[in-house]
Amino acid sequence: MSTYLTEEPTQVTDAAVSTRLSSLDTLESEAIHIIREVVAEFEKPALLFSGGKDSVVMLHLATKAFWPGKVPFPVLHVDTGHNFPEVIDFRDRTVERLGLKLVVGSVQEFIDSGELAERADGTRNPLQTVPLLDAIQRNKFDAVFGGGRRDEDKARAKERILSLRDEFGQWDPRNQRPELWNLYNGRHTVGQHVRAFPISNWTELDVWRYIERENIELPGLYYAHDREVFARDGMWRAVGEVSQPRPDEEVITKTVRYRTVGDMSCTGAVESAAATVRDVVIEVAASTITERGATRADDRISEAAMEDRKKDGYF
Amino acid sequence: MSTEIDTARAAALLDEAPLAHASLFRFATAGSVDDGKSTLVGRLLHDSKAILADQLDAVARTSADRGFGGPGAAGVQAIDLALLTDGLRAEREQGITIDVAYRYFATDRRSFILADCPGHVQYTKNTVTGASTADAVVVLIDARKGVLEQTRRHLSVLQLLRVAHVIVAVNKIDLVDFSESVFREIEADVQQVGRELGLGSDGITDLLVVPVSALDGDNVVERSERTPWYTGPALLEVLETLPAADELESHLESFRFPVQLVIRPQGALAPDAVAGGLDVEAYRDYRAYAGQITEGSVKVGDKVSVLTPGQDPRTTTVTGIDFAGASLTEAVAPQSVAIRLADEFDVARGDTIAAAGTVREASADLYAALCWLSPKPLREGAKVLVKHGTRTVQALVRSVSGKLDLATFKLEGASSLELNDIGHAQLRLAAPLPLENYLHHRRTGAFLVIDPLDGNTLAAGLVNDHPGDHEDERYSI
Ligand SMILES: Nc1nc2c(ncn2[C@@H]2O[C@H](COP(=O)(O)OP(=O)(O)OP(=O)(O)O)[C@@H](O)[C@H]2O)c(=O)[nH]1
Ligand SMILES: [Mg+2]
Repeated sequence: MSTYLTEEPTQVTDAAVSTRLSSLDTLESEAIHIIREVVAEFEKPALLFSGGKDSVVMLHLATKAFWPGKVPFPVLHVDTGHNFPEVIDFRDRTVERLGLKLVVGSVQEFIDSGELAERADGTRNPLQTVPLLDAIQRNKFDAVFGGGRRDEDKARAKERILSLRDEFGQWDPRNQRPELWNLYNGRHTVGQHVRAFPISNWTELDVWRYIERENIELPGLYYAHDREVFARDGMWRAVGEVSQPRPDEEVITKTVRYRTVGDMSCTGAVESAAATVRDVVIEVAASTITERGATRADDRISEAAMEDRKKDGYF
Repeated sequence: MSTEIDTARAAALLDEAPLAHASLFRFATAGSVDDGKSTLVGRLLHDSKAILADQLDAVARTSADRGFGGPGAAGVQAIDLALLTDGLRAEREQGITIDVAYRYFATDRRSFILADCPGHVQYTKNTVTGASTADAVVVLIDARKGVLEQTRRHLSVLQLLRVAHVIVAVNKIDLVDFSESVFREIEADVQQVGRELGLGSDGITDLLVVPVSALDGDNVVERSERTPWYTGPALLEVLETLPAADELESHLESFRFPVQLVIRPQGALAPDAVAGGLDVEAYRDYRAYAGQITEGSVKVGDKVSVLTPGQDPRTTTVTGIDFAGASLTEAVAPQSVAIRLADEFDVARGDTIAAAGTVREASADLYAALCWLSPKPLREGAKVLVKHGTRTVQALVRSVSGKLDLATFKLEGASSLELNDIGHAQLRLAAPLPLENYLHHRRTGAFLVIDPLDGNTLAAGLVNDHPGDHEDERYSI
């Protein structure tokens, strides 16, 4: 099983000699420890799974944590209805391959029933909170794993690994529990739940190096491909059903890839020739712009966009 | 719009410095409010090129909006470096740090996890959070102010937590004209505090003092010409070369493994593993104990004891160490693995597997130092929860035996502990736990005190010695 690794895990030779794990091995062990703690201490956890690279890595870690057993929790996808078709296809194949139960919370259904209104800018990422909380309540999930990383955003940089949420899913950044050593306190009262972020301490580069080392499959749009795009808000947007150019926006074909996959109407592509995972690792290592800055229109709205959304119950 | 990259440089970097094998080093900041912790962190990130272009732009814009820099200021002088970590709205509005910000950067030598902690007394619980996992803590002191009460509080917390390396950065040295005498005076005060606390002289911790200007960058990444009287290393050099805590400890300690859960798939084998050729018959009765090695290392064939509260230790042999389909012959802290044992004992979450013959008897009497982190005070007679390893038990607070006076570092009599107090207490546990002295066991000597009513964490607990039951008093099996 370890033969597919491109990098061998740390070799432990002599216990009398000080041996250190590589940073990736340390991060992997930390994440697996957290995943197991949550499974042991909570009644009904679920894992947020979008088909995006961070959630794919999370799921991979979960398979390693419980091997040779099945991953002992369902996955939850909050579907914006603005998906890249290949990502949905990847999601379904992955769930099938691992024999998991998939729970879907649909933004479209909430819009159709009038419980949510489409935003003027057409972006649906911020609308995910309501279906997310609805799915958590309806399924009585008491812990939800997310692939959030602290290096993504300055509000995420402040969040605990186990983040307590109230009845409304709200995060209270001014009143977080101390989180000491590797002792995680998941106690919560009725109505509260916990968001767990096992890969909090990973950077984008760590994630890519891990994907390379573990030979993890991702949706193809993470790698360079030709696509019809148009420029908007300083990003390349894909032409698709929900993302149409305005008359003044010229459509051209470019070789691009995505650094995050989210709502198709607000996720931008970057010009890139990185066609393999190694190319991407090198590109990320050399990159001078953060992944959210490069590709997410919804984080550009205000200086504290992420904090505001998290306070309202967002991921 | 396109990602600006220098792929040749990156490829060279990845090849030359084997990043994949670089180890992790965790450090945190501490010190009194406004001493310049966040500015220092911003400076470290900036000068080690860990700030990406769009982040720098965003910070520069906000800084300009707030009148930072002023006319004529350019480049890094024009930005408020603290904004790189003070990410919450309330922090930016008030210009203070409220909660820990975690940032990540790497040099050719090491990958760092950096925790920028608040200085304000009210948020000491967050500083303890940041320091509890740190290999090193950088304590800042404003050169104009010297050692303050909050400096003393943080230093005593660090001594209590046995943070391996304490580096005191005498900051804002630019505001005292780079004066050697000011620095030497503060350095002497710090050494004095260190002696009183036992910091740097207990064989576990060390203490170093460096003059810096976080704002201008003197002695942060590179040695400064403006402090010719200082011949020691710059701060980053120190951080790059200090041994990490587990480098110092892991080989000295005996194997400890709190069981998180039992992996016993019975019928429910992972379909992907089966599709990949897993022998279904061979794994039908698979049973292994999952956990993270907290201390030491373990080999297949090792004799181990299974410690279950209320039972005598049971000795058996390790027959396998599994990790996601790979069979290891040996594993070391802090690896997460699954361990198989020769005997079919009943082992469950909360039990501990330890190297045979290295563990003291479990005890229901807990003598501990507490770092009280809640506005709800601790009173004698209170019922609390104690979380130790993977087990949580009820506990009764029998007595509070004193609290630390920050002016004298002496224990004074006390019958309760209030927010931010460091004190000693005796607790009676509902079930005996394999408690070990924190001095020698940073993981199995640590515990949380939890409020049974709302589930909040009340205190960081550190096991002191048991009366009449000392470290070297081991029983053999
Ligand atoms: N002249 C000078 N000013 C400094 C230096 N370091 C920090 N400052 C200033 O000191 C003030 C406080 O800096 P911060 O970095 O926010 O302080 P802090 O220690 O993080 O504060 P808290 O986190 O709230 O405790 C800011 O106005 C900084 O610009 C320095 O080396 N020289
Ligand atoms: Mg600060």
